[in-house]
Amino acid sequence: MALLDKYQPGDFFDEMFVAEGKVRPHYAALFERFQNLDQEEFEQRRSAVDAAFLRQGITFTVYSDEQGTERIFPFDLMPRIIPNSEWTMIEAGLIQRMRALNMFLKDIYSDQRIIKEKIVPAEEVLTAKHYRPEMVGVPVPKDIYIHICGSDMVRDREGTYFVLEDNGRCPSGVSYLLENRVAMKRAFPHLFGSAGVRPVDHYTQDLLTVLQYIAPPNGRSTPNVVLLTPGIYNSAYFEHSFLARQMGIQIVEGQDLIVQDKKVYMRTTKGLEQVDTIYRRLDDDFLDPKVFRKDSILGVPGLVEAYRAGNVSLANAIGTGIADDKVVYKFVPDMIKFYLSEEPILANVPTYLASDPKECEYIVTHLEQLVVKAANESGGYGMLVGPASTATQRAEFKEKILENPRNYIAQPTLNLSRHPSYCDGHFEGRHVDLRPYILCGEKISIVPGGLTRVALRKGSLVVNSSQGGGSKDTWVLYGDS
Amino acid sequence: MLSRVADSLYWMSRYAERAENIARILDVNLQLMLDLPKLASEEQKALWEPVLRSTGDHVDFDKHYKETTSDNVIDFLTLNPKNPNSIVNCVTTARENARHVREQISLEMWEEINRTYLWMKSQTLKKIQRQGPYEFFTAVKNASHLFQGITDGTMTHGEDWDFIQVGKYLERADMTTRILDANDEIFITRPAKKSQTSGTLQWSAILRSCSSHDAYRKFYVAQVEPDKVVEFLILNEFFPRSIRYCAGSLNEALRRISGTTGEHFSNLAEKLAGRLVAELNYSALEDIKTVGMHQYMDETQIKLNNIGEAIFQTYLFSPPLTVMEEEAEAASQIQSQKQGKVPANI
Repeated sequence: MALLDKYQPGDFFDEMFVAEGKVRPHYAALFERFQNLDQEEFEQRRSAVDAAFLRQGITFTVYSDEQGTERIFPFDLMPRIIPNSEWTMIEAGLIQRMRALNMFLKDIYSDQRIIKEKIVPAEEVLTAKHYRPEMVGVPVPKDIYIHICGSDMVRDREGTYFVLEDNGRCPSGVSYLLENRVAMKRAFPHLFGSAGVRPVDHYTQDLLTVLQYIAPPNGRSTPNVVLLTPGIYNSAYFEHSFLARQMGIQIVEGQDLIVQDKKVYMRTTKGLEQVDTIYRRLDDDFLDPKVFRKDSILGVPGLVEAYRAGNVSLANAIGTGIADDKVVYKFVPDMIKFYLSEEPILANVPTYLASDPKECEYIVTHLEQLVVKAANESGGYGMLVGPASTATQRAEFKEKILENPRNYIAQPTLNLSRHPSYCDGHFEGRHVDLRPYILCGEKISIVPGGLTRVALRKGSLVVNSSQGGGSKDTWVLYGDS
Repeated sequence: MLSRVADSLYWMSRYAERAENIARILDVNLQLMLDLPKLASEEQKALWEPVLRSTGDHVDFDKHYKETTSDNVIDFLTLNPKNPNSIVNCVTTARENARHVREQISLEMWEEINRTYLWMKSQTLKKIQRQGPYEFFTAVKNASHLFQGITDGTMTHGEDWDFIQVGKYLERADMTTRILDANDEIFITRPAKKSQTSGTLQWSAILRSCSSHDAYRKFYVAQVEPDKVVEFLILNEFFPRSIRYCAGSLNEALRRISGTTGEHFSNLAEKLAGRLVAELNYSALEDIKTVGMHQYMDETQIKLNNIGEAIFQTYLFSPPLTVMEEEAEAASQIQSQKQGKVPANI
């Protein structure tokens, strides 16, 4: 029996199958290849890939475990495929969104036109947890705030793409996208040529170009770019070191940097060396104990002052978290109309704000059908999935919402699309999302595809790695089949 | 190059070398015991004590075990997580430091040290006993040789590589002094008291502990004699584990790092290393005997420690500049402690 013979697409939008046994055209070549594999061969390749990930240390640290166990991020060998025409639409939509978000950030930290013209209510912006009044009136290089963005996208029952959230602070996961591709090429070398898959490995070069582009003019030939990490105990440390290696730049910890005369230097064996751009993988809160959290030992005292003086550039800029806020998210389509005078290409998921009394009333009376999210949490924490919740959980959330309405939003529970995924010895449908990585420098570029995350627990809608999620290689084709 | 990176490379190299040395000492002693008639527990103890002294852990050992038996010593020095210098902890610390700088070292180096670590984590004492400890120790030694070979073959021989050399030769010289010091009794005790054969066996064992038995034979083409063993391990110009050779290589690496040429120095580490090299270059066996082996080794160890401290002050440590810095420094020290960045206790 072939691997996909008994696969049931079920009552969902299945990425691969239109109906049982009926494959979408852009999956036809892959389907044939997988049908020719026997189980043993497939298992062999699977365990070879897992072993390679472990050997290379492509792992994340499990925080709850005292021994500091390192796990691999589960990788599903069946790739997700996006035909060219779909991708062209997604790409245009994300670029449009990105332009609007950067204009919004510039506006918020200068004239606040969008507030004055009552497109976005002042209280929603100024009360956002990640709004940084310290940044008002501070120009940033080339007016770019978000240089690296990882937007989360999902598809509903009809297959329509929605943007679920924009991660404009320190989105992670791009190293898995790149390593997944390397692993797939090793496991199925012959598949790529015949399928016509667009490459992804220029990402780190593009990232470096962006980081150099925003460097302050310094009179030296090449800007000195570094990556600031919280350290090896951070769960994304693999990614930090991976990106630094690929770009050939130094990876630094807070203790390696020092600020003198509003300039940032790194301590080297040959003395101090000035730094021009910092790709920081540290949240605003920890950046500078003189300005933000006083107890941070991960940051660099004086960094914000050097930044304000224009002597060092940061990617992303300080204060981008406001564009990440799930309340502000609701207004992104309005921003697109306001700043660009264009119609949004990509839809938002309908969002109810608990801070609006009418919508709040709707939320608390419809908890069973809604997904409730805390406005500033990420990683799948602080969430209630209504249909899968218990009465006690709903009561708990109702109380929390009424206590602090600004901190909660709700969205209808989307019937997320599914993708055949290998679970317990056979293929079953599992919910997936898509996180494309957008780079914003001289121009906006998006590496074809993104990271497809898959909720490996049966029925689960949460794809985060901390909640039992895995990932897939994502192919964007040159053509449509 | 970042000071922190240099620091991690240095300790990665020291701990990788230390794991190898401990494996070799254990291996040699176990084999020596096979050559001797069945031993009473007191005699076993007498043979293992120098081993524990040379790794510097005898006090710790007594805290954890009642009896000094082969099994206990192996347990303590191979897989015991409570002993900071057990092989498993050395490998873990080396790998942790490599992880800190994995974008600086070559991919091949990282994969090899990570492989060794994963393999080490899968070991149990039972497994080691069943397959024979020899297999285990050989695997540890081979892993170290492979790692050093990969390092030489895949990494640019620049400043970062030189810090690895500094760590390696300092650790190696230090271990040779410890091995000689811990066994000084058998050099003093004359055959009158000991049987000729057991003496020869022990001196050979010491040579083997430094991987130098064949090299010795080739060099002297003679019986194994205590004086010559001492001379070979301390003063030989070309053997890569003699103290003189290690000190020379250490000195050269330090000079490459700073770019100092000629017969002078640019910092304290170079000054101390240069002096030690000159001293060894112009010493003969008689000089060592005049001072006394124990005394001589003690002094050499102190000199090596001072060189280590001077390297730290010159390159690896950045003095705090403000109060805030001091706090950060304290925090980083806590972190260093967590990673076990401490030299073997003496």
